[in-house]
Amino acid sequence: MKINISKIIIFSFVTFFLSIFWLGLKKDNNYNTKNIIGNKISNFQLPSIYNNKFISEEDLKENKFTLINFFASWCAPCRAEHQYLLNLSNRNREIKILGINFKDKKNNAISFLNELGDPYNSVAEDIDGKASILFGIYGIPESILINEELVIIKKIVGPIDPKQYDEILQLIQ
Amino acid sequence: MLSNIGEILVFLILASSFLIIYNAYIDIKIRNQVVKRMIYNLSLFQITFTILCFFTLIIGFVNSDFSLINVYENSHTTKPLFYKIAGTWGNHEGSLLLWINILVLFSFLFLVFNFKHNKKFRLYTLIIQNILIIGFIIFLLLNSNPFSLIYPVPFEGLGLNPILQDPALAIHPPLLYIGFVGCSIYFSAAMASMLSEYKGKEFALSIKSWVQISWCFQTLGITVGSIWAYYELGWGGFWFWDPVENASLLPWFAITALMHSVMVLEKRNSLYAWVIILCLLTFILSVTGTFLVRSGILNSVHTFASDPSRGIYILLFLGLMIFTSLIIFFKKYKKESYNFNLKTRETFILVNNWFMAFFLVTVLVGILYPIFLDVVADIKISVGPPFYNIVIIPLIVPFLFLMTVGPQFKWINSQKVKFYQTLFFFFGAVIINLFIYYFFGSYSILTNLIFIVAIFLILQCFLDAKQSMYKKKIFEYPRIISHFGFGLLILCIGINHQYSLEEDFNLQVGESKKINNYEIYFKNIKIEQNKNYQSVIGNFKLTDLKKNLIQYLNPEIRVYSDPETLTYEAAIKSKITSDFYLTMSNVSRSEYYNIKFQNKPFMIWIWISAFIIALGGFVQLMLKKNEN
Amino acid sequence: MKFKKIIIIYIFLFSTLYADENNLELIKIYKNLRCLICQGQSIADSNSDFASTVKLVVQDQVKEGKSKEEIYDFLISKYGEWIVYQPTFTKTNFLLWAIPYLLLAFGGIVIYFLVRKNKYNKSN
Repeated sequence: MKINISKIIIFSFVTFFLSIFWLGLKKDNNYNTKNIIGNKISNFQLPSIYNNKFISEEDLKENKFTLINFFASWCAPCRAEHQYLLNLSNRNREIKILGINFKDKKNNAISFLNELGDPYNSVAEDIDGKASILFGIYGIPESILINEELVIIKKIVGPIDPKQYDEILQLIQ
Repeated sequence: MLSNIGEILVFLILASSFLIIYNAYIDIKIRNQVVKRMIYNLSLFQITFTILCFFTLIIGFVNSDFSLINVYENSHTTKPLFYKIAGTWGNHEGSLLLWINILVLFSFLFLVFNFKHNKKFRLYTLIIQNILIIGFIIFLLLNSNPFSLIYPVPFEGLGLNPILQDPALAIHPPLLYIGFVGCSIYFSAAMASMLSEYKGKEFALSIKSWVQISWCFQTLGITVGSIWAYYELGWGGFWFWDPVENASLLPWFAITALMHSVMVLEKRNSLYAWVIILCLLTFILSVTGTFLVRSGILNSVHTFASDPSRGIYILLFLGLMIFTSLIIFFKKYKKESYNFNLKTRETFILVNNWFMAFFLVTVLVGILYPIFLDVVADIKISVGPPFYNIVIIPLIVPFLFLMTVGPQFKWINSQKVKFYQTLFFFFGAVIINLFIYYFFGSYSILTNLIFIVAIFLILQCFLDAKQSMYKKKIFEYPRIISHFGFGLLILCIGINHQYSLEEDFNLQVGESKKINNYEIYFKNIKIEQNKNYQSVIGNFKLTDLKKNLIQYLNPEIRVYSDPETLTYEAAIKSKITSDFYLTMSNVSRSEYYNIKFQNKPFMIWIWISAFIIALGGFVQLMLKKNEN
Repeated sequence: MKFKKIIIIYIFLFSTLYADENNLELIKIYKNLRCLICQGQSIADSNSDFASTVKLVVQDQVKEGKSKEEIYDFLISKYGEWIVYQPTFTKTNFLLWAIPYLLLAFGGIVIYFLVRKNKYNKSN
């Protein structure tokens, strides 16, 4: 009887382990940012790229939705998503866009925006990149969609693609 | 052409496996003590086909025959000959063929060298081993065929990855596989032992050398892998508790426990069931390790290019192996009685197994827990060096202590231990430790304890060596050598960890940085064009202000064009007393370079002590050979 | 005489040793942080852009006087538990920390009974 119980336990353990391996094969072993959805963004204060004023999270509270987009003039994929940002900038009533210029030179950023168009309601600069850590950013381009309570409702890693653009439109209705 | 030859040979190996199994099965029924001549011949054919098959693949690499996809993906015409050959086993498909080679080789050698043992046992071992061989061949043919063709035939190969062109990395897989795959033979032997009821001391003697061989090579394989990581990967460390590293460590713990338990089975005819469990567990852990490494389930700097279909197949194979061995074990298990006195060698060997089990479970849980959590709760966590260090290191203290005291006891009967002598050495170790503490810089209580027990082990080994030479007890030498190596290893790692100097800072050309009694002056940057890469070489002047010594260190950043990779070559100056380690990487869009400077005491001794550990095992094998 | 020789050898071998506290703490923190875009490297070992940014942030926080735990908590709140190599001591990770010690206790009990059984046999 004693042996039978240990047999059952051992067989169950082995089956359990093998199933974990089986299911684990289907999972992606890379990092993802699913966990920050639902968090509030932290307080920040960054200088504007155009003047001496500072931009903080207070300024975003007046917006129904804000898309915070990290970009740089030296970043090639940022050019790929720029069209979607311009499209979104046409929906000024529903959504405002804050651009954060990451590890870049002011003049290069301004030329970049002059060349491709400026979709941003305001642009802040993050010269050493340290502010990006406050937002949970780990590469560019990355974008965070927040509501008027400053709660994160969507996170996009990499350039915005058509599918994510549609999802943003859905969320800001 | 090569592809045809290779595949035909694979089918021949497969055919010989089936024939061997069939003939062995028939021969078992014949009640005599002589294995049929035919079976020896079939085995000989099998090993011949296998070696020829591997040789065929090597020729493919040496001739840069890009009609074979495997050669195309992993080789290049401009690769030096040595690395072309090493490229054969430096990829998934080729290494699988190497696995099969070792499985067949050990199958053949076990059959031939164990002629003194029971016929039924030997034949069952052969059958089980060949079932394993068939399993791997089917995997090879269906999923990972190194002889697959590609058409049209490319002119040049893809495989010029510079990181893989290193001597240590070339020999690391064969060494490690002899360890990993060598376990298969005593897995089969354990199954055979249960099926043929060939137990006890005789069984222990039949597998003893094989356990020893796989242990030696596993130790060597892990050591060489660490050496490669230190000299090539540019982070200055030698063990990262990376999942792939851990996958090689798991069998090592099991083999070490088995190696010790086999002694108890041989000397006292006890612990049979436990030895069987360990034999089965070791190869199961090897295959589990292979699964973890090659299926892409883990995130690691070491991973092979991964492919989930491989994972599914290996998992099925693993499942079959585990369930079959469990079923047979439960069917044949008989309760044993144990006759262990407290103060005897066998009890201390049990203690060794206890600690090995602890270390094994710690590493296993560390690897598996993130997978478990991800699957069950969709939470991603990381388990890295801090976890393993916090759990394992404190237990090293009692482990080393018991390792020193344990071998002082004899078999079977408790005896009065040389208490005062042992106490004297222990105090000697304490004093030496205090000496280090006061003269060279203080450290934590835990480190104190580790130094004390490591020195204690070393001193005791010196005394044992002297006494063994005096009493001409040469059979103690292997144990003394390996245990001494282990104590030295822990001591050197402790000193290295405690007294390492590490700095991470940014410098521009022309700037200097002062760290303790060293000054590093970033003299200049040189750009060189080599055959297949462009290198940015930093020239650093290192001044030891205390001793007024000047050295030059030249780390490199290499830009390869084909394939487009960037590697960072560390500047390493290895001396008897310490190593200097300097790496340089450029900070994007800036004139600054990020510099990591390390001074690492006793690095060379870490490698030397690891080799000494393996040496003990080889001495044991030599002694056994002379005995015969 | 032998003792003197040993002392001289030790002084020679150990003369390169030197313990340094300040920067080792910083590097210890780097070693516990995982580079999110690399395949299994810590912030200390990685040469990536992300690693250098995180190093700057950690340096700032250390200068502000934050403790190691506060820095880890901060980064975990931004990036999740994946970013630290030392698993946290929470309910989710309880099994991870407990299992090795449970096994140690279990093994100890097994050995105790194996050896104790014999004491009874002997006295019989």
